[in-house]
Amino acid sequence: MRLLSIVIVLVFGFAANTTAAEVAVTQKGRKFSEKKIELGVGGSIKFINDDDVTHNIHSTTKGHAFDVGAQKPGQTIVHTFDKAGKVKLRCAIHPKMKIKVTVK
Amino acid sequence: MLCGGAAAIAFMVTLGTSSWTTEAAAKGRAEWKTEYSRPGEVPFPEENPYTAEKSALGHKLFFDPRLSGSDYISCGTCHNPSFSWGDGLPTGFGHKMTKLGRRTPTILNSAWGELMMWDGRFESLEEQALGPMGAEAEMNQQLDSIVEELAAIPGYRTLFNMAFPADGLTIENIGKAIATYERTIVSGIAPFDRWIAGEESAMSSAAKRGFDLYNNKANCVACHAGWNMTDSGFHDIGLPDDDIGRGNVLKNVVKMQHAFKTPTLRNIVQRAPYMHDGSLGTLKEVIDHYSDGFTRRDSLSDEMKPLKLSEDEKADLLAFLLTLEGADPMVAAPILPANDQVPGAWLKRLSPAAGGKAETPECRTARLHLRRCK
Ligand code: HEC
Ligand code: HEC
Ligand SMILES: [Cu+2]
Repeated sequence: MRLLSIVIVLVFGFAANTTAAEVAVTQKGRKFSEKKIELGVGGSIKFINDDDVTHNIHSTTKGHAFDVGAQKPGQTIVHTFDKAGKVKLRCAIHPKMKIKVTVK
Repeated sequence: MLCGGAAAIAFMVTLGTSSWTTEAAAKGRAEWKTEYSRPGEVPFPEENPYTAEKSALGHKLFFDPRLSGSDYISCGTCHNPSFSWGDGLPTGFGHKMTKLGRRTPTILNSAWGELMMWDGRFESLEEQALGPMGAEAEMNQQLDSIVEELAAIPGYRTLFNMAFPADGLTIENIGKAIATYERTIVSGIAPFDRWIAGEESAMSSAAKRGFDLYNNKANCVACHAGWNMTDSGFHDIGLPDDDIGRGNVLKNVVKMQHAFKTPTLRNIVQRAPYMHDGSLGTLKEVIDHYSDGFTRRDSLSDEMKPLKLSEDEKADLLAFLLTLEGADPMVAAPILPANDQVPGAWLKRLSPAAGGKAETPECRTARLHLRRCK
């Protein structure tokens, strides 16, 4: 299943803002590279910390809450969205960093 | 196995190479300087755009003690412009001199902020403004009655109608007016700004070395970033007290335990003592804390590393922090709308202790001369 999604990503490229199996998002200069993302159920986001500080992505959206914990510079984290809905993500350390994810 | 509602989540962590460190270290003084230019204008939110009427009304409300239950404490009592919008105390005093749990933060440059309070429990300045009035320990005002009380003051009715032609005096509009005024409170041009703008002689060489330390060895920039010297973020910097700060709001996020909002460093010399608990008396003590005086625990920010600064380096860093003091404008104490001259109304207002009961003329005279009467 994961292998498949990686293959799809490789074929179609890391197109953000479209329904894709995996979308890549970088964190650099305390900013996310995307503000809004649409995903299919089971789709995932690959968060890359290209910054020089630790980030900590989490969500407090009811029914979708999660916390990936501290993500050091250079680390990559993949988070899968298994339920349809609108999910607001934020960096707990830098709350100006926000993304709205729509899972369909 | 992973089929419970909340468990429908999975993530994977991989460690990559981190070539960024060398890049960052290579950044020179000139390059760092480009990250500190002042913004051209104050950002106002779409939901509450700037108008001169709102700001002028907010200015009056901010300094009006009649917003408190005792008619004695205004926002400006604690957020005092003479102390760069703090109160100069380790932790302040509220209603009936109740000692507050945390130090009064400045409201300087809050237009650029994200979440409000040391623990970020309010989403906006508008929401925040209504908080302290209702808080028993701070201003102890009944939010329902504040609208009624202000409506009894004819001048306020007019000012609200001018600032908010659609709905006049409402609780939301009290918040909007105060928030608009707060956004106009911006730190003035400091020697540091003149140096950034190209005036070489605006800063001493010690201060310039301090700037290099700030961005490199001392790594203050990891959190106090940009012209306002804050990332608007939350970090545990290893102060030893029991307050878990942001951990009260985000209970399960390890790094948010003991985390507090990064304050601006603009005009910082005017706001001693420092930190959410007022526990560090001077900037020298703050620098010693960062150098190697902090508590280690799981929640400690990854950006906190023992700096082992020499005494010369500490002096340079201090010289730099002193260049952040701006030539801020004088703040006028506004003339407030007068109480209604109808005797009944204003007696009731000024004599909440009498529970609105009629006062004898003798008692009234005594009270107005700050004497007791039986
Ligand atoms: C009794 C003292 C006191 C009074 C009166 C008071 N404040 Fe505060 N204010 C504080 C303290 C203490 C905090 C921090 C509390 C915390 O974080 O838990 C604070 C926080 C704030 C903040 C958040 C700043 C930031 O950067 O997060 C704002 C904005 C603010 N107050 C505005 C106001 C306004 C507007 C009023 C009047 C309606 C007011 N305050 C009245 C003491 C006071
Ligand atoms: C890990 C992020 C981080 C780093 C690195 C950092 N700070 Fe801070 N700073 C904070 C936070 C968060 C606070 C508020 C902490 C509290 O009160 O609990 C703070 C508070 C302060 C204060 C007190 C402000 C006030 O109004 O009370 C000063 C001064 C200060 N820092 C200066 C520095 C200097 C100088 C450096 C570099 C040596 C530095 N900081 C490095 C995050 C950081
Ligand atoms: Cu972050």
